[in-house]
Amino acid sequence: MSAATTINGGLRRVPAWPLYILGAGYMVWEFWQALNGLGPYGVEPINVLEREYGEIALILLIAGLTVTPLRTWTGVNLIKFRRAIGLLAFFYVLAHFLVFTVLDVQTIGRVVTEVIKRPYVTVGFLGFLALIPLAVTSNNWSIRRIGPVRWRRLHKLTYPAALLGALHYIWLVKGWPLEPFLYMGAVIALLVLRLNWTKIRAILIPSRQQTNS
Amino acid sequence: MAHRWKNDMTPADVTPKSLFLNRRQLIAGTAGLGAIAMAGGAQAQDAMTPNTLEEITTYNNFYEFGTGKSDPANNAEAMVIDPWTVTVDGLVDNPGDYSLADLTEGLTIEERIYRFRCVEAWSMVVPWQGFELADLLAKVGVQGDAKYVAFETVVQPENMPGVRSRVIDFPYVEGLRLDEAMHPLTMMATGLYGAPLPKQSGAPLRLVVPWKYGFKSIKSIVKISLVAEQPEATWNNINPREYGFYSNVNPGVDHPRWSQATERRIGGGLFASRQDTLMFNGYDEVASLYDGMDLSKEF
Repeated sequence: MSAATTINGGLRRVPAWPLYILGAGYMVWEFWQALNGLGPYGVEPINVLEREYGEIALILLIAGLTVTPLRTWTGVNLIKFRRAIGLLAFFYVLAHFLVFTVLDVQTIGRVVTEVIKRPYVTVGFLGFLALIPLAVTSNNWSIRRIGPVRWRRLHKLTYPAALLGALHYIWLVKGWPLEPFLYMGAVIALLVLRLNWTKIRAILIPSRQQTNS
Repeated sequence: MAHRWKNDMTPADVTPKSLFLNRRQLIAGTAGLGAIAMAGGAQAQDAMTPNTLEEITTYNNFYEFGTGKSDPANNAEAMVIDPWTVTVDGLVDNPGDYSLADLTEGLTIEERIYRFRCVEAWSMVVPWQGFELADLLAKVGVQGDAKYVAFETVVQPENMPGVRSRVIDFPYVEGLRLDEAMHPLTMMATGLYGAPLPKQSGAPLRLVVPWKYGFKSIKSIVKISLVAEQPEATWNNINPREYGFYSNVNPGVDHPRWSQATERRIGGGLFASRQDTLMFNGYDEVASLYDGMDLSKEF
């Protein structure tokens, strides 16, 4: 029995629903800390909370993108947790957006200006928009209604959403800190792993043989 | 030359140490009653009441110690500030390597309560102690062809994690036009809240130019050069489109990535309202320095 089979067997007994409680609980806990200026929140909690929710959203998007390659390359199957991961990613993006609009920028006029005028905000906002239909259709009824093939095609919107999210982070920082580039690197790596390498090899290798002959 | 500028705030505005330590707890207490904090948070904060020592010393940009706002408070302790030598060179009559004591000897230390506006659209009110840069320049003797003053921050790689990870180019450098440097508002700070400058605030000697974005107010200075040509400035080098050499606080000229029209006073908690940013950060007396300049182009 391979390691992957053992892990999958063990995971069969682990339900997905506690993830929702963990995710929601952590979000509330962060907010409570920010409200009271505790932990990392110190004297200026708004930006820290905004950044915190955004970063967790990005981590969750990346975690969601890891599920398929992990199964393909190691056999470990986390697919039953993916809906929870994806939905939590959406709710963290939503929380991030609400902190930005309500607590940070504060007026609708300024929010509209920021979204239109600041490319890094535009990019983040587009990523958020891309996630909305995915969150709305993350339920069994929608899969049946839309049909699994079209549903899977629709949910490929996570790819641009993750890319936009990572770009949004790189764009907003000052200087060249490492973290935003690590996230972008992870997103790109996980997307590259999805390419159909058999097909790519089939295209590349025959052409080389032709030039050799 | 000292005392050329008078505070519109009096020493009574400087919160006594016992009070400013307690105020924080008070704020934390009321914040628990979310609604009250939301209704009263920012308004309750007097526009000119200095921020608490905790606020001023735990929310800093000092990339030598890391890019996080709390990194300087956590890491700056390792910086060696005694002995401290400041090199004065270029177009001066008395160049040389000065000990801090020699450099500041005979200069009048006074208190200045200044607004501090960061380019990142947050602000504080800070009770500095220090002397006018003009007095120091008079002491070292500025020669006629000097047009600018250039400053350099210390580099201690072994004590500065941000320097080791090279997040930006070090040493950090900044510069002022000579007339800006000579302006009565421009000061060299050596103290904060009546005590020597904390290391994360730029000990033992830093520039404070209250009408410019905070990054112009270079910290932990080890070199002052009088020069004829406009000197390099770190953020201006990194991205001249975003950070001009002058970097005067100007609500009408946005940073390309965010608005400069409003700012958030540090210390208002999670529900702090934004307030309008003032031209020259409210220090209108400097406006004549820029007569005839298009400040939207030379920002």
